[in-house]
This record gives sequence, C-alpha cells and structure tokens, in this order.
Amino acid sequence: MITPLYLIFYFFSALAVFSGVMVIASGSAMRSVLFLVLTFFSMSALWLLLNAEFLALILVLVYVGAVMTLFLFVLMMLRTSAMRWREGLARYLPWIGLLVLMLIGVLAMILTKEPVSLIMFRVLPVAADYNNLADLGSVLYTSYVYPFELAAVILLMAMVAAIALTRTPAAFSKTQNPHQQMAVKVRDRLKLIKDGDTQ
Amino acid sequence: MESLLLVAGILLKIIGIVLVLLGAVAYLVLLERKVIGFMQSRVGPNRVGPFGLFQPIADIIKLLTKEVIIPSASNRYLFLVAPIISLGTSLAAWAVIPFDQAVVLANINAGVLFVLTLSSLSVYGVLIAGWASNSTYALLGSLRAAAQSISYEIAMGFALIGVMMAAGSLNFQTIVMAQSGGVWHWYWLPLFPLFIVFWIAGVAETNRAPFDVVEGESEIVAGFHVEYSGSAFALFFLAEYANMILISTLITLLFLGGWLSPFQGIPYLDAFFQHVPGFIWLLMKLSFFLFCYLWFRATFPRYRYDQIMYLGWKVLLPITIAWIVVLALAIQCHVAPWFIG
Repeated sequence: MITPLYLIFYFFSALAVFSGVMVIASGSAMRSVLFLVLTFFSMSALWLLLNAEFLALILVLVYVGAVMTLFLFVLMMLRTSAMRWREGLARYLPWIGLLVLMLIGVLAMILTKEPVSLIMFRVLPVAADYNNLADLGSVLYTSYVYPFELAAVILLMAMVAAIALTRTPAAFSKTQNPHQQMAVKVRDRLKLIKDGDTQ
Repeated sequence: MESLLLVAGILLKIIGIVLVLLGAVAYLVLLERKVIGFMQSRVGPNRVGPFGLFQPIADIIKLLTKEVIIPSASNRYLFLVAPIISLGTSLAAWAVIPFDQAVVLANINAGVLFVLTLSSLSVYGVLIAGWASNSTYALLGSLRAAAQSISYEIAMGFALIGVMMAAGSLNFQTIVMAQSGGVWHWYWLPLFPLFIVFWIAGVAETNRAPFDVVEGESEIVAGFHVEYSGSAFALFFLAEYANMILISTLITLLFLGGWLSPFQGIPYLDAFFQHVPGFIWLLMKLSFFLFCYLWFRATFPRYRYDQIMYLGWKVLLPITIAWIVVLALAIQCHVAPWFIG
C-alpha cells in the first residue's frame, strides 16, 4: 500500500539523486557546494524516516553546519568563475563509467536478494518510547568501544598533524597578544619632549 | 480524517507560535530603542502612539512598502533565498522549545541537538547573502560570520555536553525537570563556568554587540546585508531578533530551570506562588537575558576580530573542556549536585 511515508521517501530520494547529479553537473563551484548541502539534507530526511534521529541530526550538524561552511569559506575567497571545469572529462570518462558499473553491480547483488518493487522501503516497527539515542550509546560504548576509541585517537592525530603542518615558524608569525596590548600605558607609546629639544 | 485533523492542529500550533514570536520581535525592537535611549539619556521613539507604542507597526509598514532592490551583478536567486534561510532556521528551532511542562510542539529525544543543528545552519543565510550580493563589504561580513560562528559553536556545543551529562538526557523536558528543587538546584550554580561560556557564546552566535563584527557599521558599513532593502532586509532583521529570543530561552531552559518556580522547596513561599503558571516564570527569566542583550549593546565596545578568535579558542574552549573532565569525575564518583541517583 502507498502511504504518505512513501511519498516522503520518494520525494527525498528523488531530491537526493537530483541534487547529487547537480553537484557535478552545475556550472559553478559555489552552486555545486550548495547542491551538496541539499544532498546531505535529503539524506538526513531519509535517515529520519528510519528512526535514526541522532544520526540524521549529526549528519546535518557536522557536514552541513561545519564541513560545508568551511568549503564555502574557502570558495568565497577564490575566483571560481575563472576555473576550467570540464577539462579532461573525455579522458576520464571510461574509468568513471567502469567505477559506476562496479558500484551498480555490487548494489544490484545485495538488493536483488528479495524481489524488487516500488514499496520495498519499510521502517521497522518500534515502540512509542523507543530511544534511538540511548540505543546507539549503549552499543557504541559496549560492543564497539575499542573501534570507537581508536577512531577518536586517529581523528585527534589527524588534527594535531594538520596544525603542525600548517604552523608558521615563530619568526614569521604576526600574532598579537591582546593582554600585552591591553596592558599598554601612555608612557610606552608617547614621549613628551620639551619644544626645542628635538635637535 | 483523523490524520487530517492532526495536521491541522499542528499547523494551528505553528501559526500560533510564529505569530506570538513575531509580535515579541516587534516589541523587542521598540524595547531596544527605548532602553538604549534611556541608557544614553535620550527619550527614544515617542511620536507614534502613546510612549511610541505603535512604532513597531509603523516600522513594519515602512519596511514592507519599500522597494526590494536587487543589485544587477548579484546572483539573483541566491540573493533572495538567503534571507528566507536566515528566518526559516531561526523559526524552525522553536519546534522543540517547551513553554511549560508538556507544552511543546514536538517533544523529541534529541531536542538539544536539533536546536544546535539549526543554529549551525543559520550561518548559511549570512554566508549566501554575502556571496550573492557581489559586494566587497558584504563578502567581508559573511567571511567574518563564518569564522565566528564555527568558533563559538564549538564552545557552545561543549557547554551543552556538560548539561547533557548532568541531566543524562538530550530532551528539554528531562533537562528542566532534572533541575527541580529551587534556585540552587538550577544548573547555573553547579555548572557555573559552562553557564557563563554558553551565555557569551550565545551572544556571539547571534552576532550581537560586542561580537557584531559581522555588521560592523564603522568598518564594513553594514556587513552581509549592506545590499538588502525593504522586506528582504526585514527578514534578516526578524531573524536576528528571533535568534536573540531563542538563545535567551535556551539559557533559561538549560541553566535557570525553565518554567520551574524559583521558590520550590521554600516552605511558605512555595505555596504562595503555587498558582503562578510556568510560562510566566519562563518569560521573566528570559526577559532578563533579553535585557542583558540590550544592556551589552549600550555599554560594551565592539571586540576586534582577532580578539574574538582569541576569546573563543583560547579562553572559552579550554574552560569548557576542563569543566567537562571535572563533571565526568564528579558523576563517576557520585558527587551530589552533579549526580542524580
């Protein structure tokens, strides 16, 4: 049976596919980034349909709220219109085609285990007081605690490495110290001299 | 039929919340002009209606009837979408804000996360506005906005983590109920550093003075909305004030016991104030923070851009991280105000 749930599901699926295509098809980098934001949004809506509210919100918070903001930040400082976009498309097309075919093959192998139909999408029935958050937390900190901690340490290492790689040597640094600036007194900046003493 | 009624009911609630909110915004603007006027020994607006009470209505009529000028070299579509994103995100967050015990549009488990997500999205309105305007001042304003909002979101998020740890939940109802038992049980005292950090970060997130480098009239004219006029500008204006009310409400809910009476647990006073409805307490508490917004604007000079970054990354962030460690230890060792048995 087609319920409103299906309408929502197909709406956001179509939106995800459309915006995903537009990411690579749109002319300017700025538009691509904004379409990527739209893709994340529609994916997050799909996850919400699956009762995964925590993951859906985190997807938007981390990818749209932080990562894509940084993308935009960088893009806004570039002269993107001067970039040549479709250069070398013909050269890479066969390889792209091969990759896409492989991906479709893998998906088809998994998905066709049961008969395919338009109303295959379904949500597992859950109790009214089901707490996705508590469930996720208890799994993450018991069964998967070591992989979880390991991922955290790897991320921390990447962060420290990124800072270490981009650090300017102290000699070239133009850092200002606000405390020093605030503590400045008149006599540090201004010297009163009697008229005629200048020579 | 039943589901149709349900949808109609939800729609009515949404319209109710939005109307009340827009009314509050209109009069907050008047209050701001009045309060700052008095603080600077002026009268403030007093021509339209008694004590200038109809000034907001006159302002709205003026803004709506003005022409919306679209710069010819701008990105027309994005230029018009930006103010809508700004206002949309600041209104959507109200869906999970409770006004009293069980008086809420959507009582979801990840309520705090939802609000944090939407507040992180509000920067898109500013970013897109600045870029689509194709103007240097606007671009500078939105670059500042992006950097500032990313920096302070982290401090804000960490402060929220402290509250989540103490309450053991992401649900606003549970967080407020975990604070029941009088003024000293509210989280402002047990989580005092996080309260201060959240407050400062909240002011910075709304781009209000002293963190208003995004607009910075004296440096970059009006920042990201310099090219906007008429109703498009009005949307940005509405979004800013709706965000102020939202942040004030959030501080109240997370650190000042939301709708709880401050006299809980005091023998005589508790009974005396028993019939005061919860939302009155909520309103009184959030009015204090709203007044502080205006007070800050009238008294504090604007931070320099690098000082804002310094404060966010080197002062607020270490404080929150240190306090989260302290909090975790306190909860692990079952120390009283932080641990709920």
